[in-house]
Formats: sequence, C-alpha cells, structure tokens
Amino acid sequence: MSNMVVLPMIVPIITGVLLVFLRDYIKLQRIVSLLTMLFVMGVSGTLLYVVQHQGIVKVDFSGWLPPFGILFVGDTFALILVLTASIVTILCLVYAFATIGERHEKMYFYPFVLFLIAGINGSFLTGDIFNLFVCFEVMLLASYVLIALGGEKIQLRESLKYVLINVVASWMFLVALAFLYGAVKTLNMAHIAQRVAEVGQDPMLTTVSIFFLIVFAVKAGLFFFFWLPGSYSVPPTAVQALFAALLTKVGIYALIRTFTLMFPLDQGVTHWLIGTLAGLTIILGCMGALAGKDVRTIATYNVVISVGFILIGLASGTEAGYAGAVYYLIHDILAKALLFLILGTVVYLTGEIVVKNMSGLIRNYPLFGWLYFITMCSIAGFPPLSGFLGKVLIGQGAVEGQNYVLLALGFASSIIVLYSLLRIFLASFFGETTISEEDRIPIPKLAMTSFVMLGVLIVGIGVGAEALSPFVEDAAETLANPAIYIDAVLANME
Amino acid sequence: MKINDVILRTVVKGIVFIVFTLGIYLFFAGHNAPGGGFIGGLVLGSGVILLYITFDIETVHRGMPFDFKLVAALGVLLATGTAIGSIVFNVPFLTQADNYFHLPLLGETHLTTVTIFEAGVALTVVGTLVTIILSISEDE
Repeated sequence: MSNMVVLPMIVPIITGVLLVFLRDYIKLQRIVSLLTMLFVMGVSGTLLYVVQHQGIVKVDFSGWLPPFGILFVGDTFALILVLTASIVTILCLVYAFATIGERHEKMYFYPFVLFLIAGINGSFLTGDIFNLFVCFEVMLLASYVLIALGGEKIQLRESLKYVLINVVASWMFLVALAFLYGAVKTLNMAHIAQRVAEVGQDPMLTTVSIFFLIVFAVKAGLFFFFWLPGSYSVPPTAVQALFAALLTKVGIYALIRTFTLMFPLDQGVTHWLIGTLAGLTIILGCMGALAGKDVRTIATYNVVISVGFILIGLASGTEAGYAGAVYYLIHDILAKALLFLILGTVVYLTGEIVVKNMSGLIRNYPLFGWLYFITMCSIAGFPPLSGFLGKVLIGQGAVEGQNYVLLALGFASSIIVLYSLLRIFLASFFGETTISEEDRIPIPKLAMTSFVMLGVLIVGIGVGAEALSPFVEDAAETLANPAIYIDAVLANME
Repeated sequence: MKINDVILRTVVKGIVFIVFTLGIYLFFAGHNAPGGGFIGGLVLGSGVILLYITFDIETVHRGMPFDFKLVAALGVLLATGTAIGSIVFNVPFLTQADNYFHLPLLGETHLTTVTIFEAGVALTVVGTLVTIILSISEDE
C-alpha cells in the first residue's frame, strides 16, 4: 500500500525508458505517455484521499527506517502539487500532440517530458534533502534537453545560460548540504527539523538556511530571476507552458518546505529576508511586464510576479498565508500553463510576437479570445475565478503577520498584471482583424481541447473552492504545525 | 595519411581482454568490497572506447552492432525493473532479496537480486559513456 507513494516518480521513468525503444512509433508514444500521466493522476488523487482519512503516508526505501534510509513522504501539500502537476502535464501533452511536430517526437520529446515529471514529482514527494537534490537534478537534466531540443541558434544561446546558472546553483546546493550535514549530522528532513528544534536555531544554522534560501531562490526565480525570461521564451510552446507552470513551483515548494519544516524558528531573519526578496521580485517583475513589447516577455515576467506573490504567503508565517500560498500555487500552475499555451498559439497564428503588430484575433477565433479573457481575469484575481481566493488568503495572512508593505505591493501587482495582460487583449484580440477569412489558420482541435479543459478547471477551482478547502486547510495545517509531519515520518524510530 | 599503429593494435588486442576481465571482476567484487555496477561499468566502457580509438567506428560496429543509447535505456529498465519488483511482492520499494543456493559446478552460491540492479547500473554507465564519446567524435 505505502509503495503507492513512489509510483508518481518511478512510473514515468519506466515508461519514459520504454519509449526510448519505441522511437519510431509516434502514435504509440503519444498513447503511452498520456496513459502514464493519467495513471499518475489517478494514483495521486487516490493518495490525496487516503491522506485525508489516514494521515500522512510514507515509504522507507528497502525498509531502512528513518533516519538511516531514504524515504518518500506524501502529505497533503505535496500530493496536491503532484496531482495538479500531472493534470497540467496531461493537457500540455494533448496540446503537444497537435503542435510539437514529428521532428521533436522522433527526438525523444515524450521520454524527456516524462523524465521531467518524474523529477518534479520526486522533488515534491521526497522526505530526504539529499534525495531532493537528486530529484532536482533529474528534473533539470530533462529541462536542459527540452530547452535545447530543436537546435535553433537562440535556443542554444539561452540553454547555455540556463545550464550554467543551474549548475552553479546545484553546486551551491551541494555546499549547503555539506554545511547542513556537518551541523546536524542527518539528511532526513523530519529528523533535521527535530535536531534543529532541539538545539535551537542558532545563527550558524540560520546562515546555513540562508544558503538554502539563495539556492532555491535561484531555482524558483525569486529575485534571482535574470535567467528566467530568456530561457522560458525559446522552447516550443508546449514546453514553455510546462516550464512556466511547473519548474519555478518546485523551487517555491522547496522554499516553503525548508522554512516551514526545517528552519521555522528564526523567522525574524529568514522570513524577513524572504519577504524582502518577494517584494523586490514583485517590483522588478512588474517593471519587466510593463516594459515588455512582445507577448513572451510579458508572459515570462508574469511568472516572476506570481513567484513573489506566492512567497508573501510564506513570509507572513501564518496558517492563512500558507493556505493562500497553496491555493495560489494550484491556481498559478493551471493559469500560467493556459496563458503560455494561448500566447504561444497567438504567435503560431499570426507569426508575430510584438503586441502592436497583431489585431482583431477575437473576430477570427472568438472562443479562443474569450478563453484568454478568462485567463487574464483569473490571473488578475477576479472572483469567482481561481486566483481570487488565493489572493484573499495571502492578503489575510499578510495582515495577520503585519506585513503591510508586502500586502500593498502584492495587491498593487495585481493591477499591473491586469494592465499588462489587458494590453495584449486590447491590442491583439480586439480591433480590426488583419487576417482575412481565406488566410485564417485553423487552431488544431486537440489544442483547443486543452485550452477549454484548462479554462474549465480555472473556473471550476474558483467556483468549487469550497470542495477544495478541506485539502488546502489540511495542507496549511501541516505546514503551520511541522510536528504533524515530523511525528508521521519518525513514528517508528525507536 | 595512414598512421602506423601496428604496436597500438597489437597491444590493444591483448589489453582489451584484461580490461574487460577487470571490469567484470570489479562488478562482482562490488557486493562486499570496493567495486560495483558503476565502477565496473566505467571500466567496461573504457575498454569499449579503447576499441573504438584503435580500430575505426565501422569495424567495431560490425563486431558490436549495438545502439549504445538503447544499451543505456536497457540498463535503466533493468534497474528500475528490480525496484518495481518489490512493489509486486508488497515489500517497501527497492527492497532486495538474497539467498544461498546450491548450484552444480559452483557449489554453495550467494545469489542476490541486487546483482540484477547493479547489472542495470553497469549497462547504463557503459551505454552513456560510449554514447558521449561517440557523439563527441562525430563532429563534422
């Protein structure tokens, strides 16, 4: 039973490797990758249900009990993210079926998407910080390939930067791990939390935690986001959407885990620092989004803004803030995927990336245009769409934590986000159409299916927030009371 | 211009067997002593690369008609396969089993499933190593 926790990571790896042998059978590759992700979705949904009723599930690899072995832990927070990630991957895959092209499909596109997902799910589920490093690397190696795949000049340039920055960040991750291991003599996250609580979080341990903060900030695009806009705009649309939806979220997840579970005791320093970085990220991201002239720049800076916004929830250090962060993570994974898919399709339809050079798309593609409108409203946080509740709860958390500056910044950023996206809507979707009926390129049916389903999900999460709330509350409760997590993991330790 | 490499070819023909034997020895030694799938795989892989350097790619490929990308994939499949086996037997993931068997000729033998896992690791290392070197040498 408890072995189920490992399936979201191991199944994509195995089917991904199988697909390497099936290189020439594109149809079969599509079916297998889709079935794999559906299976992962089913497993994570079931686990989420089990965790609600029986508490946190875990599996100690080869039966080595903590703190000696590696383990996977499924708590509500991790499982919600695994579930959302697999849903988004399914829809991005559906979009990719229609658009990615045979050249990519024959160059192991699907195996690498599956490896990427394996790394992401592994990062969410692992309970061992060194294993977290390994899962990060699995994810990053797959993402290196997916960025460079296609071999265009600009892809090569951006992927080189991306690889270098991530290699440096991973090296820092290792150094931080060495410091941590030297200080507390364990790598099991729950055990680290216990030891840190026992000795009190002295300045030495806080310094180590700031090292981790920098590492994860680079990966999440928190303040150190200089690599993000370039590298997220070069791969094919389906890959862009996957990256925008998931990669920064893994960094955010790691930050939240680190500073709620392992180093929650010196909030005056760590949470203040996170809050400051989040505020700066929002300001800089807004400047980028306002200055952007092409759809890709605007979209990538919107990713940056949302990273800052989610981490306000962490910086507030309150249960409401955590709940808001969880809601907003779910929303942001879905909404950013849809935003990138739609804007990528706009580029495909018009052949233009500069906002001013497009016009009147909504006349040719009405449903498509209104879906963009829904995405925009949801990212800006209009009720009853998915972004609303997350924003309210993060706001509530900021008030409770008395972070009024962050509160103001966060809500001011919503207006900037709305403005930057509305500019695309007014210029590119409204106005006189530049495409005549004969030149109209049809949107592939599968692509449209994936837009509509993401749109339905965004509306559904907003309207059905009530149904989600037991899960989110449970996740936030575990984050606010790390003892629940620690007790579950170390239950059978002497 | 053809380089005179008679000495290299003659020596390599002998050396390669020593390298392969050492690789296999290290692979089996790994269970209780330094060695194992990774190191054994590295030594085996370097033996293959030595062949590629001495004789040209086409010649070696005639003798070993493998796509080394697939060798690496097969290795991962083997390693993850034994890991999945633990799920079938409903014991914690990655659990390995071992037992003593009385085999003809070999006598009392210690057989473990971890050897299969390690074989997967070794194949992955060989496959990846050779693929990297071949890709570098392929530049036009």
